[in-house]
Amino acid sequence: MELFTPLALARMQFAFTVSFHIIFPAFSIGLASYLAVLNGLHLATGRGVFLDLFNYWKKIFAVAFGMGVVSGIVMSYQFGTNWSVFSDKVGPVLGPLMGYEVLSAFFLEAGFLGVMLFGRKRVGEGLHFFATLMVAFGTFFSAFWILSVNCWMQTPAGFGINEKGQFIALDWWAVIFNPSFPYRLVHMLLAAYLTTAFVVGAVGALHLLRDRTNPAARMMFSMAMWMAAIVAPMQILAGDAHGLNTLEYQPAKVMAMEGHYESHPNGAPLILFGIPNPAEKRIDYAVEIPGFSSLILKHDLKAPLAGLDTIAPEKQPPVAVLFWSFRIMVGIGFAMLGLGLWSLWLRLKGRLYEAPLMHRAALLMGPSGFIAVLAGWITTEVGRQPYTVYGLLSTADSVSPVAVQAVAASLVAFVIVYFSLFGAGTFYLLRLMNAPPHAHESGLDPGEPIRAGGLMPGPAMDAGTAFTPAE
Amino acid sequence: MTFDLPLIWAGLIAFAVLAYVILDGFDLGVGILFPFVRGEKHRDEMMNSVAPVWDGNETWLVLGGGGLFAVFPLAYAIIMPALYAPVTIMLLGLIFRGVAFEFRWKTRRGQFLWDAAFAGGSTIAAFAQGVALGALVQGIPVQGRAYAGGWWDWLTSFSLLTGFALVVGYALLGATWLILKTEGHVQRRAYTLAFWLAPAMFLLIGLVSAITPFLNDVYRERWFGWPQVLLVVTVPALVLVAAYVLFKGLIERREISPFLASLSVFVLCFVGLGISFFPHIVPNSVTIRDAAAPDNSLAFLLAGAGVLVPVILGYTAYSYWVFRGKVNAVGGYH
Repeated sequence: MELFTPLALARMQFAFTVSFHIIFPAFSIGLASYLAVLNGLHLATGRGVFLDLFNYWKKIFAVAFGMGVVSGIVMSYQFGTNWSVFSDKVGPVLGPLMGYEVLSAFFLEAGFLGVMLFGRKRVGEGLHFFATLMVAFGTFFSAFWILSVNCWMQTPAGFGINEKGQFIALDWWAVIFNPSFPYRLVHMLLAAYLTTAFVVGAVGALHLLRDRTNPAARMMFSMAMWMAAIVAPMQILAGDAHGLNTLEYQPAKVMAMEGHYESHPNGAPLILFGIPNPAEKRIDYAVEIPGFSSLILKHDLKAPLAGLDTIAPEKQPPVAVLFWSFRIMVGIGFAMLGLGLWSLWLRLKGRLYEAPLMHRAALLMGPSGFIAVLAGWITTEVGRQPYTVYGLLSTADSVSPVAVQAVAASLVAFVIVYFSLFGAGTFYLLRLMNAPPHAHESGLDPGEPIRAGGLMPGPAMDAGTAFTPAE
Repeated sequence: MTFDLPLIWAGLIAFAVLAYVILDGFDLGVGILFPFVRGEKHRDEMMNSVAPVWDGNETWLVLGGGGLFAVFPLAYAIIMPALYAPVTIMLLGLIFRGVAFEFRWKTRRGQFLWDAAFAGGSTIAAFAQGVALGALVQGIPVQGRAYAGGWWDWLTSFSLLTGFALVVGYALLGATWLILKTEGHVQRRAYTLAFWLAPAMFLLIGLVSAITPFLNDVYRERWFGWPQVLLVVTVPALVLVAAYVLFKGLIERREISPFLASLSVFVLCFVGLGISFFPHIVPNSVTIRDAAAPDNSLAFLLAGAGVLVPVILGYTAYSYWVFRGKVNAVGGYH
């Protein structure tokens, strides 16, 4: 692919901005649910440690959520600036779904976030818990609609094409619940939970390494490790089901992920490692298990599997990228499972809080969820190439008629701005995480006003007290 | 009875854009005025006056942009590439000022940086919006279903003029908002600034309004054609009334009327734009009906918008009610 063309640069720009953006929602979806759980546990048990943890993590949530909002605004305009032909053609189908995303997210998140962050003492415990639940639902609905949009691009359904060449909806139910949607939604939500669990686990491990008696650190570490032990295996199963769905609707993507340049009429090997050689159309230095790919994908060692030799070259996704990104994702998934099992073993022995080596491993794996999420999205999005709407609208036909200089200049600007601003934001986040959680954890810093991140005041906050942090 | 869905949606989107302009207008204006008020305490006070509401204000921009994509995809597909540079610059400006709200309170050493990000981001975003507006008004070449101009077409003396006009206009909204929401030093500064900004804004509005009808025949016909001139002349007449109320309020040191008068000027300018544009959504080339998605798309989203937009408006109004009254530097209303 020519590098200095509007198409290549527009793709790079979208990849860059969406990769930065996905980090924040992946974290805030999981964290919103974690906050709801902490809040519920505090109400149910009355134990202070849950409230301390709630207050500790909500400060982090506020910053991450704010960065997710601003990086998300860019996405909603980029469809028009860089992908105007795509927008014109799919707007009638995907536009309303994105409209619902904006409306529902706006309503639930922006409406209740203020109450969740500032309102506990003002609206009472019950309503505050309700607001926390609504914020968690809001992040869920955002994910629901955005994934529906994405999945429709992967496995379009329920549509027709009008005389202007636009996709139009014939059956909204079929559009929204298109064939890959349930699989990808579950896979992504579990990924968000795992990502958050490993961040929480790493922060817990960090503070356990400093002081293994810290009750809040023990509690968050224990909760995170339960999540790792339970959700990691669920995620592996969900990923497997998702893969089978992909095999049905996008076989070329699976061929590239597996590195199957050739068809295997008598059972395909599972290539564990190797180096894709696109020029020679083979995997060099392959380490493989005979028949296992057929076993996983067809549940039969001898089942025939078609390879990329059955797909026209101009319709193939790039093999090397998918081959690697898929293995990184799967590798991290199994490492997560490993840490989860390790924690179960230690728990059984009663040494969960006295295992510095394991705490170090958990600390090291803090960012692993983000890497896995990015690798997974690279697999599914690059695997959709060379189409934007799979099999129907090519990426090359989707791009805006804009000058290459315009795309290049804006790409450079986005790179500089994102790295400096979100770099600073990440620094502030890490600083918050570096502070040990303690008893009677405060809410937000006194003196700080109610601000940012969709902060609307909640019901029953009266004007007299609304601005004085009460906690 | 069948509804004219494209027209309903054009009204809704116009409303979202207007809501954005007047709501984010005053909080961008507060950012634009940041360099003109010295002292950390005073700046805290300024920022606190918009902190609880800016994010909700900005969401109207997402609603406007997302709505355009959903219901007028053709207009979205033509306008965005045409306004590529100003839209990108606006987004970057909005990011800078958006994170400044959050980060400014996380550091003392770096606070001056986030002050600069807040002021610079606000000013740049306002200017870029004004330039984008000017570029849209002066016309966009369209061929088939796509933008057919170059990547510098947006930059003309007219679009620079509208850019300056919007910065000054937002600054005036910001100043009159500060008059309403603050007291003491900041309020006195805001009165002084408003005295300078108000005449400048009316001068710029006058210039833009004088040039617009001569940009093309359609605009001229809209504004000077007989007999509709009798109707449209009410718009400039009402601007004069608003100007009178504004200056009277400033001279008499009133707190509410200058802000309301400034808001009215924005609404009237918006109505003026509507008179120039209608029934086109891309001036003189694409009509509302041409650009609209099929009715089933419009109806599907209207069902949700019809329920949620009133709810959003309701709690937005409620939140302004909750945060009524004066703000002070340490973040407390009293």
